Amino acid sequence: MLAVSELACLKGDRLLFRGLSFSLEPGELLRVAGPNGVGKTSLLRLLAGLTQPEAGEVRWHGTPLARAREDFHRGLLYLGHAAALNDLLTPLENLRFACAAAGDEAEETACVRALERIGLAAQLDLPARVLSQGQRRRVGLARLFLSAARPLWILDEPFTALDVNAVADLAATLSAHCEAGGAVMLTTHQEAPFARAPRVLDLGGRAC
Amino acid sequence: MLTVFLAVLRRDLLLSWRGRADLLVTLAFFVIVVCLFPFGVGAETNQLRAIAPGVLWVAALLASLLSLHRLFAQDHADGTLEQLLLSSEPAVSWVAGKVVAYWLTTGLPLVVAAPGLALLFDVEQGALPVLTFSLALGTPILALLGAVGAALTLGVRGGGMLLALLILPLYVPVLIFGAGAVEAWLGGTGATAHLLLLGGGLAGALALAPWACAAALRIAME
Amino acid sequence: MTNERMTNPDNPPGRSPTSWLRFAAPQQFYPLAGRLAPWFACTAAVLTVVGLYIGFFVAPTDFQQGEVYRVIFIHVPAAWMSMFIYLVMAFWAAVGLVMNTRLSFIMSQALAPTGAMFCFVALWTGALWGKPTWGTYWVWDARLTSQLLLLFLYFGFIALTRAIEDPRRADRAGAIIALVGAVNVPIIYFSVQWWNTLHQGASVSLTKAPSMASTMLAGMLLMSIAAWMYSIAVALWRVRALILERERHTEWVGEVLEAEGRAR
Repeated sequence: MLAVSELACLKGDRLLFRGLSFSLEPGELLRVAGPNGVGKTSLLRLLAGLTQPEAGEVRWHGTPLARAREDFHRGLLYLGHAAALNDLLTPLENLRFACAAAGDEAEETACVRALERIGLAAQLDLPARVLSQGQRRRVGLARLFLSAARPLWILDEPFTALDVNAVADLAATLSAHCEAGGAVMLTTHQEAPFARAPRVLDLGGRAC
Repeated sequence: MLTVFLAVLRRDLLLSWRGRADLLVTLAFFVIVVCLFPFGVGAETNQLRAIAPGVLWVAALLASLLSLHRLFAQDHADGTLEQLLLSSEPAVSWVAGKVVAYWLTTGLPLVVAAPGLALLFDVEQGALPVLTFSLALGTPILALLGAVGAALTLGVRGGGMLLALLILPLYVPVLIFGAGAVEAWLGGTGATAHLLLLGGGLAGALALAPWACAAALRIAME
Repeated sequence: MTNERMTNPDNPPGRSPTSWLRFAAPQQFYPLAGRLAPWFACTAAVLTVVGLYIGFFVAPTDFQQGEVYRVIFIHVPAAWMSMFIYLVMAFWAAVGLVMNTRLSFIMSQALAPTGAMFCFVALWTGALWGKPTWGTYWVWDARLTSQLLLLFLYFGFIALTRAIEDPRRADRAGAIIALVGAVNVPIIYFSVQWWNTLHQGASVSLTKAPSMASTMLAGMLLMSIAAWMYSIAVALWRVRALILERERHTEWVGEVLEAEGRAR
């Protein structure tokens, strides 16, 4: 699905990694591991197409990203560090906008259901600024339930600030997505109860 | 493509409505700057009448610069911009949505308020429609060019000042034709040529600026 | 890991392009620029001396303006050069955006200060010329005004590329503003001309140079070529400095600096 060859990433003056090659197939759950500052977030941003690699290439179904941009972004769900919430809007408004901006058709009822499922039924009409960190994170994660049609999920630290139940629930959702033929790539410092142990890509172990 | 445009437009208008105190600041700035001029140059009616078109236009130009650096700042900080750039829809559509919303909330009030202020300068009443029309054509150009500058200076230290330095020289033609339209009408030569040129400028800016702005935003996110 | 030197991605080992395009790699261009720059600088110096000699001593005195007119031997080449450099800058910016070559961005940034300098020189000499001929240092003449706006465009470009810390972003952002500026330069020029004719009518005009003597023309031509040569030399030196700064972590820059240290 996604093939990476000889990737190098430069941040400012610092070479984060180079010669990185791997591929991601449908049904796979790939965890990018390594200590802080090793370039995990930079790698995910690069794979999502937000930044350009210093060297190397990323291919989506065999086509280089630069030429498959539209198709690639139609098949990608990327949730970054920031939750992409506007403080003046309610969780429901934020979620509906996020879906519409990404190019998805999102019915209001579907959005409400997604927010209820992730445990925000009581906060539907509150402005986002009064939510806790964990709740803000959940609003972003609610998009997972509306993005089953997008095969590739790239998630940066999705478990941060979530409680134990939410972690288990999220792990189950990710496992189910892989079962259904999707692929997930994520970073995390936490152990999560996945149905199948994820493949690990250790950036810290690579000499560079 | 249209859905994304409308979604962004609706959201930005809603956000402006929820923070509507900010909008009044732009308008108040415009009014105050215009009212400063008589104190500076004296209240002699003929002189005020002569400088009125220029004063109103310069003030409108500065007022539209006032909140420009905030156009993308909030979305940049909270990650929304990242998500927008990952949209499968063309970036031009949502950039256009944001700029239109920005113009409706900051440019349009200036267009509406300008004729009233012109009366303070004793501008001939017949010139008021020309003034309004020139502002209605000119301020969208300011917003479009400004959006490119705002995208380029996004997250840069001293961004607000830098934005002014980048954008103000580019505003000069708009100022010339905008203020010139009113003066030409007052001078009896008719404002058609000026207004046509402004319209042409608007068409050109509409065609080019959103692309440049989208490219600049992509660069800014790297 | 930070001290680890990296190979230059533009010029991966094992692949050595043989065409002239290889000079697009900073590593190849650095020594070439070092060899060429002194030649351009020498040519510039010689031409300036000859051009100024012709301009100040050989060319006949103008029957209308007297000796004052001789400032054009500096003023006109500087004004030409300032406009031309902006276009070259925009050209390199476009090449950089399309071909994704870092050297093109470096080139456009190396040219900007020279362009701004010429712009300033043109304004300064214009003011000095204006005082005796028009009786004032400044008139809102179309040419002077567009020259002033061009100076602001240069300032904007330089300020933007300096303010952004990440060199890659600085390159691309600068390229966009250079292109936006280049699109606007004709519009600004045209609009200022239009505004000027409305406000001043046909007042002073610089074009009324009746039958220019051939020695005047020769002096001006020599000075223009000298300005070209100077710009190229200075831009090459500045490119070298920028390359060293950008690539200071690569192996070859380490070697170059060591070699230069030994030579000293």
